[in-house]
Amino acid sequence: MAADQAPGVPAIRLSRLRKEFAGSPPVVAVDDVDLDVRAGEFFSMLGPSGSGKTTVLRMIAGFEEPTAGAIELAGADVTTRQPYDRDVNTVFQDYALFPHMSVAENVEYGLLVKKVGRAERRSRVAEALEQVRLGDHGSRRPSQLSGGQRQRVALARALVNRPTVLLLDEPLGALDLKLREQMQVELKGIQRDVGITFLFVTHDQEEALTLSDRIAVFNAGRIEQVGTAREVYESPASAFVAGFVGTSNLLTGETARAVMGREGSVAIRPEKLAVVPAEEARAAEGQLSAAGSLEEVVYGGPVTRYVVALDAGGRLTALEQNTGARADGAALRRGDRVALRWRSEHVIDVPGAPTPELQGQGTSPQQFPTT
Amino acid sequence: MRRRRGLAVLLGPPMLWLVVAYLGALAVIFATAFWTTDPFTNLVVRTFTVENFRELLSGTYLGIIGRTLLIAVLVTVLCVLVAVPFAFFMARVAPRRFRGLLLAGVLVPLWASYLVKAYAWRTMVQPGGVVDGTFGATPGYGLAAVVLTLTYLWLPYMVLPVYAAFERLPESHLEASADLGGRAGTTFRRIVVPSLLPAIAAGSVFTFSLSLGDYIAVQIVGGKLQVLGTAVLQNITLDLPFAAALGTASVVIMVLYLLAVRRTGALDNL
Repeated sequence: MAADQAPGVPAIRLSRLRKEFAGSPPVVAVDDVDLDVRAGEFFSMLGPSGSGKTTVLRMIAGFEEPTAGAIELAGADVTTRQPYDRDVNTVFQDYALFPHMSVAENVEYGLLVKKVGRAERRSRVAEALEQVRLGDHGSRRPSQLSGGQRQRVALARALVNRPTVLLLDEPLGALDLKLREQMQVELKGIQRDVGITFLFVTHDQEEALTLSDRIAVFNAGRIEQVGTAREVYESPASAFVAGFVGTSNLLTGETARAVMGREGSVAIRPEKLAVVPAEEARAAEGQLSAAGSLEEVVYGGPVTRYVVALDAGGRLTALEQNTGARADGAALRRGDRVALRWRSEHVIDVPGAPTPELQGQGTSPQQFPTT
Repeated sequence: MRRRRGLAVLLGPPMLWLVVAYLGALAVIFATAFWTTDPFTNLVVRTFTVENFRELLSGTYLGIIGRTLLIAVLVTVLCVLVAVPFAFFMARVAPRRFRGLLLAGVLVPLWASYLVKAYAWRTMVQPGGVVDGTFGATPGYGLAAVVLTLTYLWLPYMVLPVYAAFERLPESHLEASADLGGRAGTTFRRIVVPSLLPAIAAGSVFTFSLSLGDYIAVQIVGGKLQVLGTAVLQNITLDLPFAAALGTASVVIMVLYLLAVRRTGALDNL
């Protein structure tokens, strides 16, 4: 258990962890990853599909053998140990509940195979089911449960073993939006209660930002950045992170020079941009601005999204809270001349020359943070 | 109204076929089993009697029924013992591109003539045959040869459903078991076997019922062995009602078998 660990020893330590899959040439899924996850932390591995995050998780669980590198759990090297010899438990993406067992039998399974006594099994199963609010569903079959309930059974089945680390492989991916948001809150609450280290894999940047104490952003088998949600969002370490976490609004090359008056690519978060009438384009002290014309107006309930084509070239997306401040008569339409204004401290310097694809990714509607 | 008539036209012929050819024939067998024959003319006398069933429960025929059951059980058990590891290899171990080939390997013997295969076994188990030459001994014609031959003949009916069950078993279930502390043996016993049970039950319905009714292989490799099938054959010309009673016995055994299988819950997820 987390409490037994010596202070300062990370719950998980990955050293130059590498995984190649057979092929010609071999596919490098995980490319010499170093990572420390602290005990008791809610840690997320965030990245697009194929970025290696799930492979890292599966190597920690013991389902995949690393090509090179080492995995330590609470200070002990487990690199070559079998899954049943590791003090971790996994919540699978498809839940992997045993269909021929009842809910209680599913939860009991780990205790049963570890030969925990009957009385203790009973009480721990009841406690675990209570924890996920399924106390009266023990005798049901998994097939009689809803998606959200199955998800909670999978969680209880893993937690009942009180592992050092709980691994969660996109556990909320199969749920609909409402349920997902509700489960996020529950998951965070349960993690706080049990104090177990959670290692959470997701491709949903909003989910990672909401839940995590810290986040590792994966790209092409490597970690681009490790930091708190605020660090990853407010000061991305690379163009990829800026593009993948939130809508990035990258300004590069010629456009950046024209708007910023200096060299170097920058990013500005859409919620930091104010859309003002063209005649108010001149920026006050500590502010920057750029003129352009409205290319798109998308009403999204609590927010409205404006896409502005800058006169200097390039496109920026601005998000505006629908607070009622903008009267109906003053509603902006496509083609209107406008200006964008932002505070200079909100400019994010993005290291490394961004590629055009990354820019595209950053502004695609899929990454729109409030949807 | 029109839809209902369309449905009647669609379902009528097959329903008619089912009722007349299957249920009708079955009913006739049941009815015939309660008739008797004139001992002098060998003609069927249509008077109700339970004499046939009384004779069936006499020592001779109880022995035959018991022997037939023993063969069916042995064949089914052997089929399971061979099919499970083989299907496991096909579905989980063999490289994906060989699976089609292996599947064909299981299916092709099904297309060969039953008689050819039975006679092949006859030459193999005969004194001085392949079995004798290879192992230095042969069971010869009799019960063992019948069990071997029938196991060979019906094996594909067990391999196919078990293979399909292995294919359907998600990798994540095996991983989850290992993740929760289950070693290979535990995972096999507690996760794999229960998920195979419906398939084994389905396969056993074939191997069991086909073994129960077989009389050709028994005649070819069984020597003087008497089973339900050969008893029916011997009586069918001289004492049709008694043959019908024997037929009724195998139907009753099969129904009892299916009920027993259902009790295990194996058919729930079929």
